[in-house]
Amino acid sequence: MKLNLRVWRQRGADAPGAMATYEVDNISADMSFLEMLDTLNEELILRGEDPVAFDHDCREGICGACSLVINGDAHGPERTTTCQLHMRSFADGDTIDIEPWRASAFPVIKDLVVDRSAFDRIIQAGGYISAPTGAAPEAHAAPVPKPDADFAFEHAECIGCGACVAACPNGSAMLFTSAKVNHLNVLPQGAPERETRVLDMVATMDAEGFGGCTLTGECATACPKGIPLPSIAAMNRQWLRANRKVRR
Amino acid sequence: MALATRTDNGSAVRKPPPKRSFWGSTVGKKVVMAVSGLLMLGYLVAHVMGNLKVFFGPAEFNEYGHWLRTMGAPVLHQEWALWIVRVVLLAAVVAHAVSAYQLSKRDIKARPKKYVHQRKRASYATRTMRWGGIIVALFIVWHILDLTTLTVNENAQPGRPYENVVATFSTWYGNVIYITAMLAIGLHIRHGFWSAAQTLGVGSASRDRALKAIANGLALVLTAGFIAVPVAVMTGVVS
Ligand code: HEM
Ligand code: SF4
Ligand code: FES
Repeated sequence: MKLNLRVWRQRGADAPGAMATYEVDNISADMSFLEMLDTLNEELILRGEDPVAFDHDCREGICGACSLVINGDAHGPERTTTCQLHMRSFADGDTIDIEPWRASAFPVIKDLVVDRSAFDRIIQAGGYISAPTGAAPEAHAAPVPKPDADFAFEHAECIGCGACVAACPNGSAMLFTSAKVNHLNVLPQGAPERETRVLDMVATMDAEGFGGCTLTGECATACPKGIPLPSIAAMNRQWLRANRKVRR
Repeated sequence: MALATRTDNGSAVRKPPPKRSFWGSTVGKKVVMAVSGLLMLGYLVAHVMGNLKVFFGPAEFNEYGHWLRTMGAPVLHQEWALWIVRVVLLAAVVAHAVSAYQLSKRDIKARPKKYVHQRKRASYATRTMRWGGIIVALFIVWHILDLTTLTVNENAQPGRPYENVVATFSTWYGNVIYITAMLAIGLHIRHGFWSAAQTLGVGSASRDRALKAIANGLALVLTAGFIAVPVAVMTGVVS
């Protein structure tokens, strides 16, 4: 395949950026999207130009590092991560626009790489449990009803990629935060911090400069792990309950 | 997942979580918006039923208009109940508009840069919440000047609501303003009712279809009910 790429190039956090046009040839339909970018970067390096910076790590859809807005869609046209997107989703001669996640809370560091440490700080505010360290407890010591276990697992699937924020017209992190809150709040292991967790994680989310939720639903459409939109309602329920229970 | 972080702002330093607050939080403001919105929605349901009495003739409609002033009697003095309703509604409109304004300002700031490659997002009702809300707000002002204070209603007669309704819908602009606003409010309720359920934590995957159906039903019935009145005046059914 021969493709026209229009890629966001920005030398540094404070430098102005612009879309730059590149042509790549001999792209196989079996390549992943990131391998296609590797091909471009090899050519750029041979020409003595600066390669395009983009985030990636596992390349198997589990780490949440990859992050590209492809033709206006976070992670591109398929419901998967950018690293698991293959070139067979595109046709010979296509023009592909590649942009970084856009949100005030995710400033661009270089080209397509953004700083997502705001997510780490939301996790630090309550995305943990207090458990005694040592040997693993006996698995049957804390029974978990099957529906709760399923609910927790569904939300534990969030890989913290930030596609939800990138897709949201308000740059809101409600889907991510709700995935983390719901995962721990439904389990007995997460019970001691049930109230403080949701209050502190929501407060941190706001303090990091993410927007509010207008229930547009773009987040759940973009999420490669299928975190559903009603997760936000479930977190709101937890937040309201915590407000009744915890005196500030 | 953050692989790369800025090195200049101490982002790796662990800070204590920020202060918890209800009104200071985006979720709290949204709850205020949902509660005030539902309050106004409840009022609209009562309001449309009252309006439809116009089809039973001037005597019954004017009597209803008169009852609004005496409701609550004999416990409450003349017009007290009406004024309580007015104050509560005004508080709801103000709370709703202030939270809508503050949240919208924040949302726009959180996503300052548009994507070069744009595509259509979300449903029409969802995308028009802000503009629709502004249209409804302007309409509320017009509506009070038109049928409560009678300031902008030519040929209006105090104490004769039936005749005043006929008068306002006998002008082209009266009809245009009213019908536009009712279409806007229908769209607003369509996304608003379902949103409020999510905000208040009532929404869930299993209830989603029912909530959407109620939202659409409410929007449709209210819009059709309100628009029936100007249409009836235009076609001469009510005169
Ligand atoms: C003063 C005029 C109004 C303005 C400026 C306004 C504006 C807004 C805005 C911006 C939203 C948020 C939309 C979103 O999150 O995407 C909203 C939500 C809502 N509005 Fe209004 N609106 C107005 C009047 C009304 C009226 C008269 C009703 C009664 C039917 C109403 C009912 C609602 C409801 C139920 C919600 C949902 C709250 C939520 O999202 O949790 N609004 N409004
Ligand atoms: S909720 Fe989905 S889109 Fe958002 S960070 Fe988690 S996995 Fe990524
Ligand atoms: S690189 Fe790990 S999820 Fe894509």
